[in-house]
Formats: sequence, C-alpha cells, structure tokens
Amino acid sequence: MSTPPLGRLTQLTARLRSEGVKPLVPFLTAGYPDEDTFNGVLAAVAQAGCPLVEIGIPFSDPVADGPVIQASSQRVLQQGMTLARTLELAAAAERDHGLGVVLMGYLNPVLKMGPAEFAAACGQARVDGVIIPDLPPEEARGLRALLAQQGTDLVDLVAPTTDPDRLRQNAAAAAGFLYLVSTNGVTGSGTNTADNLSAYIKNVRQITDLPLYVGFGISTPEQAAQVATNADGVIVGSALIKLISRTGDTSVAAAANFLGQMVQALNSVKGSSR
Amino acid sequence: MNTNSIFSTDGTGRFGPYGGQFVPETLMPCLQELERTWDAARQDPAFKTELASLLADYSGRPTPLYRAQRLEKHCGDAARIYLKREDLNHTGAHKINNCLGQILLAKRMGKSRIVAETGAGQHGVATATVCALVGLECTVYMGEVDMKRQAPNVRRMHLMGAAVIPVTSGARTLKDASSEAIRDWVTHVATTHYIIGSVVGPHPYPAMVRDFQAVIGTEARQQILAKEDRLPDAVIACVGGGSNAIGIFSGFVADEVALYGVEAGGSQAGSSAALSLGEPGVLHGSFSYLLQTQDGQVIPAHSVAAGLDYPGVGPEHSHLKDTGRVCYDSVNDDEALTAFADLSRLEGIIPALESSHALAYCRRILSQPTAVAPWRKKPGMKKPLVIVNLSGRGDKDMAQTGEDDS
Repeated sequence: MSTPPLGRLTQLTARLRSEGVKPLVPFLTAGYPDEDTFNGVLAAVAQAGCPLVEIGIPFSDPVADGPVIQASSQRVLQQGMTLARTLELAAAAERDHGLGVVLMGYLNPVLKMGPAEFAAACGQARVDGVIIPDLPPEEARGLRALLAQQGTDLVDLVAPTTDPDRLRQNAAAAAGFLYLVSTNGVTGSGTNTADNLSAYIKNVRQITDLPLYVGFGISTPEQAAQVATNADGVIVGSALIKLISRTGDTSVAAAANFLGQMVQALNSVKGSSR
Repeated sequence: MNTNSIFSTDGTGRFGPYGGQFVPETLMPCLQELERTWDAARQDPAFKTELASLLADYSGRPTPLYRAQRLEKHCGDAARIYLKREDLNHTGAHKINNCLGQILLAKRMGKSRIVAETGAGQHGVATATVCALVGLECTVYMGEVDMKRQAPNVRRMHLMGAAVIPVTSGARTLKDASSEAIRDWVTHVATTHYIIGSVVGPHPYPAMVRDFQAVIGTEARQQILAKEDRLPDAVIACVGGGSNAIGIFSGFVADEVALYGVEAGGSQAGSSAALSLGEPGVLHGSFSYLLQTQDGQVIPAHSVAAGLDYPGVGPEHSHLKDTGRVCYDSVNDDEALTAFADLSRLEGIIPALESSHALAYCRRILSQPTAVAPWRKKPGMKKPLVIVNLSGRGDKDMAQTGEDDS
C-alpha cells in the first residue's frame, strides 16, 4: 500500500501555524438548535474569522460530554438528526462557508454505518479530521488507515492522565493536531488552574511537535488567551452551545458576539508558541 | 457486517471479536493500572486467602444447592430441579461476590472513593456494603425510575452511608446510571475506583468480574457431584449484563452440559434482549451485542426487572452466542411475574424478578417436546438434572408485583 498524501487537517493546521494564527475552533452539535439557526451560526463562525469548525455527530449515550452537550445531542436526535445528515451539513460548511471541518462523534454510529462507508463519506464531504472520544489509539489503527486513504486525519486525544511513555506512543501515529483535554472530566466542566494547564501543555510540547489544540471547559476570552500563550489552538463547545439554545436570530447574534470576543482575545496572543 | 476487522486483534481483552477498551483517553491509564493490580492480586496467595475468608465469614458462602421438589411437581416431574441459592448471600444477591473482590483491589490501588451504577439496587447495595466494611466513601448512580421501583434498596444504601444520586437523563434506568458513573469516574479518576456490577464495560472488567463470580459455578459443580454423583444436564441463568450467568456457566462450560441464558423479553413497550434482538456495537467501553437503531443510536431497554433493564450485554456472552456454546432465549414480563409468584407459594422462596426469568424458562423448557432440548432424552437417562441460578431474593420487588400496598 502506498503512503497516502498528507491529510487535509495536517495541511490546514500547518498553514495556520506558519501564518502565526492560533485559531478558535467552535464546536456545534449538528443541526442544533435547528438547522436554520445552525446555518446562521456557521456563517457567524466564518465571519468571525475561524478557519475551522468542529461539528458534533449526536449520540444517545455521550459519556465524555457534560450536561450541555448531552442535552443538545438529545434534542437534535429527537428532531431526526442522523449521521448521514451530519455529513451533508459538514459538506455544506466547507462548500458554503469555506470552513475546515472536524467531525466529533462516538464510535457506535460510525460502526453501524460501516467504517469504510463512513470514511468514504468523509472523503466525499471533504471532512478534514475526525475525533472519536471513545476510540483510543490501541483500537484505532483500522479506522485511521481507512480515513487516511480519503485525506481525512483521525485526531487523537491527550489527557492529564496520559503519561510521557504513552504520549510518545500515541503521538507517533497522530496527525492534524493533538486534542489536549484540559482537565480530568467531561465537556463543559471546570478547567484546570491556569498554572497547571500551562505546565501540562509545556510537558506535551517537549514530547511532540504536533500542533496542540486545547479543549474542555474553556468558556471566556480571558481563559482562551491564557491557554493560547502555550497552545496552538483553542476549542470551545459547551459555552457556545449554551448561548444558542433558542432558535432564530437572537441566538445567531449572541454567537457572533461571543465568537468575536474570543477570536479577538486569541489574536492578541502574538507569535508562535513553539 | 464487517466492522470487526477495523479493530486491533492482538487479543487483549477479547472474546472472539468482542470486548476491547472503548473509553476516553483519560481512563486508559487507569484501566491499565487496574489490569496490573488484578494480575498481581490473582497470583498473590494473601489476596486469595483474604477474599476467600470474606466470602465465607462475611457473605456466608458456600451458598446452598437446594432441590426444589414442589417446583419439580409443578413442572410435571420432568426433571430434578436444583436452585443455586445466591439469594442467601449477605445483601441478598450474587453481586457481593464481585464487590468483595473489587474493594480489595481498590484498597491495593490506594483509592479513597468508590463509584458504582445500579439498576435493581442489588449491586448498589453490595457496593455500599463493602464500602462500609472497609471505610471508603461511596457514591451510587441510579436511574430515577429505578429509585422509585426499588425504593427499599435505596433506603438500605442510605443506611450504610452511601450517597445515591438520581439520574434523570435518557430513560432514567441502568444504561443512564452507567453513563453517569463513567462521567464521575473520568472526573475523579485519581482518587476513585469504579466498581462495575456486571461482566460489561472495558477490559479488564468483563474477565475480572467473571473470575470473581466464578465461585458460583465452582461451588455448584462440587455440590451437584456430591448430591447426584454426576454433572447436571442443563444450567439456566438470567442475563442482563450477565454476571450471574457467566459465574455459574464457568463451572460447566468445559463439560457436556446444556447452558441457557435467559434475557428479559419485556412487554409490548420493548425488551432488554440484546443477544436475541440486537446487533454488535459499542456501548460503555466494549464491543458486544446491543439494542440499537438503524442509525446506531442505543434503544432504551424495557423490563419489569430493573436489574435486566439494559440494552447491552457482556462481551463474553456475545462470543458464547456466536460459537453456539450457550443457548440464549427470552421470557417476557408476565412469564417472569408468574414464576415469581409460583416459587414464593411452592417453595417459600421469594425470588428476585431477575432470577424469575430463569425460573420461567426452566418451566418452559421442561414442558416443551424433547426435540427442543435433546439432553432430556439421553439414552439410559432416568430423569434430567437441571440447575437454576437463583441469583437474588425478591423482597425488593414487592412494590413492583403489587404485594406491597405502601
């Protein structure tokens, strides 16, 4: 088997790094709170200058998520959201808004669709990366290869519990960026103290040259700027989802305002962290 | 469906293609620590001695193997029926076997806090019990629906000092309690051990919990040989996650003994029969049969028995189904309720609604033509020998079955 070319996410994050951009990566549950508002928020994401968006594939039993994202998943599932439709929304985010897309979802819907079919659909939709929080590197080899053939990178997670040996092992196969889980917990829970977090990011940096994007519990511009002094990118989910629970323009405006402040905070962090 | 081939197949924690470790990265180091601790403990004579003495002096093992002669008559005298009396354990169910083992491991790992999920409350009670025994903090997650239908067990947990946290997400039953326990564990991973109550979850839990429950099968084998001088023809156990079944099966799986796992067929509202009606998928850390939609969403389970009310099943059962070694079938709520009343009246033993599924199936199989169960007419056989695993007592179920007006 020939080595596949560099994945789209790898290329995108490398370009951002070379330009000195530390992106804000907003997380949106697919089709939340309804598809119209979702599309409005996507436009606001692009307008705020975010190059990349993370779109959540809803699952009935999201064990890595806190109450806010759980509730958003439950709601879109009740509204009929599926994995197939999520892939269509991902394709539209790239086509209509020029956004890079990372899909985040649990393993079972992917298995049910079929790993090869899922990978092919990711290629078709030009999905840049995929995050599967319940698929640790030990179990990920097969899906990683299928996705790589489609130019899609499988993103690995690093947690505060990951020791240096394990990190070295995990980083060897990783691509695109490493998703640093800021603290032991679920999405939307409190973050680590700023000191702990920066020490943690620096420790990971000593082991790998991969771009480090930090998520879980980051909710304010101040926090985002703080994290970005050491990290390459910042992921924000629950704090954004909380703002858009109502359908319509008020939510889009609230999202635009919040994203603008977050991006501004990140832009104030100068230079490369490497 | 060809999903198996995408997983690594280096054999760790696998039963055929089933099992594995499908958990967030935060938990991986902690599963590896648990595996190392368990591997060391199982080879340590001091650990074995401590566990054996707790099982004997604290829980009251060995539990009796009791011949239920009035039940035999009720089943048309078609077999000799023995009940493995796990209901006579301390706390009233087999769950304590696993909890005693895991609490010793938690101490070895230096953990100060325990979390657990519970459906019927039997595992929650057993966990609260062992935490009281060793003086560790205990938090039990329980679906709001289950807290209502198993109220006596909630009171028991409180009395022993455990915090019982109502789970209000999803169907508010065992599945959702399990998810919430995992979220707690991820958040407090440094201080906390998660005592999973069945042979489910990521490796090493399915194998480890099986080994702790294997005492049921080991005893039953010795007891039936002592009483009848031969092995049974069939062994029947109920299957939710499947720990009591794996425990008793492990004593007979290498022999020529028919094994039956009985799932909860529920009612028209739905079932919990993952093996009979589900397809392989991943929930709560392992790859196994699962009730799911065409889009891979988990279907909430339904059963009158809160302890069977789970849409998944232990991965070893999935393998035993595929290999054909165990026959899996289901009985519905009404059949289980009938068996519950029958055993109470016929033998003066009130069985758990979970165990009542195994009892109902025993009666069914003995009333069917022998073609269905060829072991019933082995040449030269006098009367078949059947063991039913009576996994727990039914006092907790009085409100469910209308016997309690309170």
